[in-house]
Amino acid sequence: MKANAVSKSNPWLFWFAVLTAFFTFLLLGLGGLVTSHEAGMSVPDWPNTYGNNMFLFPPAQWIGGIFYEHTHRLLASLVGLMTTILAVWLWLKDSRQWMHWLGVVAFLLVIAQGVLGGLRVTLHMDSLGIFHATIAQLFFVLTCAIALFTSRWWQGLERRPPARREENSADKHAVPEAGAPLRGLVLFTTILIFVQLIIAAAMRHQHAGLAISDFPLAHGRLWPDTGAAAIARYNAQRVSINAENPITAFQIELQMAHRVVALAILILTAVSAWQAWRRLGGKDLLTKLALAWFVLILLQVGLGAATIWTNKAADVATGHVLVGALALAVGTLWCAIAFRESVTAVYDRRTEDRRSPGTAAIGAQPVMTGNK
Amino acid sequence: MKSGHAVKKTVLFIVAGLIGAGQIACAADIVGVITLKGTPPPEKEITPLMENPDCAKMHTITPTTHFYMVGAKGELADVVVSLKGVTGKSTGVSAPPAVLDQKGCLYTPTILAIQTGQKLIVKNSDPCIHNVHATPSVPGNPESNQGQAPGAADLTYTYMQPEMFLRFKCDVHPWMFAWVSVFDSPYFCVSDKDGKFVIKNVPPGKYTVEAAHRKLGTQTQDMEVKDGDVAVNFTFAVK
Repeated sequence: MKANAVSKSNPWLFWFAVLTAFFTFLLLGLGGLVTSHEAGMSVPDWPNTYGNNMFLFPPAQWIGGIFYEHTHRLLASLVGLMTTILAVWLWLKDSRQWMHWLGVVAFLLVIAQGVLGGLRVTLHMDSLGIFHATIAQLFFVLTCAIALFTSRWWQGLERRPPARREENSADKHAVPEAGAPLRGLVLFTTILIFVQLIIAAAMRHQHAGLAISDFPLAHGRLWPDTGAAAIARYNAQRVSINAENPITAFQIELQMAHRVVALAILILTAVSAWQAWRRLGGKDLLTKLALAWFVLILLQVGLGAATIWTNKAADVATGHVLVGALALAVGTLWCAIAFRESVTAVYDRRTEDRRSPGTAAIGAQPVMTGNK
Repeated sequence: MKSGHAVKKTVLFIVAGLIGAGQIACAADIVGVITLKGTPPPEKEITPLMENPDCAKMHTITPTTHFYMVGAKGELADVVVSLKGVTGKSTGVSAPPAVLDQKGCLYTPTILAIQTGQKLIVKNSDPCIHNVHATPSVPGNPESNQGQAPGAADLTYTYMQPEMFLRFKCDVHPWMFAWVSVFDSPYFCVSDKDGKFVIKNVPPGKYTVEAAHRKLGTQTQDMEVKDGDVAVNFTFAVK
């Protein structure tokens, strides 16, 4: 098996990978509900549940916060099992060596994620919850990527005939490339979304409720007062049903950073969609993805505002987590497709050059033009 | 020789006893009233409690939060009053245990104060399971999280480091929480529903009295105990 071998499509493997990604998405949602309901420590032991084998814990006792935490653990076990099967399947049946290792990475990540979730409970470490939430996002993106890479469509892309990917080609079927600037823009925005998700995880795992309870203003101002007297006043005025920690200046600044980065992401996704439309046309898959991405971010901004206006209602806050995960996945898959097409185009051009040395200069010209 | 030692010991005990008795005789109480000026934010109904079938059946009306326990004339309850900086005087080991009860899916009381080394007993009087999650923030006071089924044995805690507002919570029912303050001396109390407090048997000397409210912060006053009770009043304000 060669590292760059082209795999024969296996629809069963593809659909199993899709199913794994789907259950991972559900798991993210349940994890979001656990944090939103402040239920992360409602089961004090791990891997047991109140001294019972996790799988034998009586459903009659799945009450209050236990329901969210216990079902999260059960679904996590299922996703762990599915990921193990997926990794073994990829190793045995996918001819691409890099896919073997991608399966291994997914397997190691899901194991690490499970242990991290358990240690967060047994070591009583809130900070581990931030890593647990961040790795969850990465793992979801990885399962989506594996689903994409096992698709017939992707493997067709790996086998695409030469002339199709050349910009300005005389071939009527030629498809324009995204181009390095647009790819760079989307990659940067995707990384920024990931940073935003880390900020969000840090906010949620302060267990302090809303550090700023109004929007679009912040404690009645464009930029809130974070002096000691102001913090004392905010805490005195906060009456919360749950056992929330008092808010601090750091938490307010963290939420302000979240708002500023959100605005940057909104602008960058709008520019990405507009650039994709301009360069690739409205019918190109990458344009459609970029537009969907922008719509997701718009929805995400709305959910962020609703999270504040509803005083962090658990379902709204969890929706905000899920749409954030989708936005990260769409950005990553966009980059994967665009970079794959770019690599395919370069590979194809080189192949064409070797086949027709006399036309090499002609073949090279559009590439240089396209990359300007 | 043996009888000589016994006599010496007896004399020492008598002298120590007399000194102790003399101190108690000279000791005085610090008394006062805590009031609140201004209107506190309204308390919230704990609606999730009534949405939980196990908990709802123990209530006829929806309970509310009680961050601000204020009387008609501004008397402020649940303020922890102590002598600031008095350490190493704990009698917690021999003090009777303090009790925190889980009743009606609520902690009773919400604000409690104990000494270092004193036993804190947490009971579950409810017909449903709770987890007792103590979340101290001072090194030396360990965080713990234990399940407590209905009818299960009481849980016992002791803390060796002073700490203000050490939180106990239930993650099964996240609206359940209580704050326990730990002092390294017996000189503290919690203001009652009339805003009154009494710190008993304070030896003569100069002290700083600190009043701490979970939401309103802390206030201090310097005072001196001589040969009679001393009155110290505090007034908090909602801004």
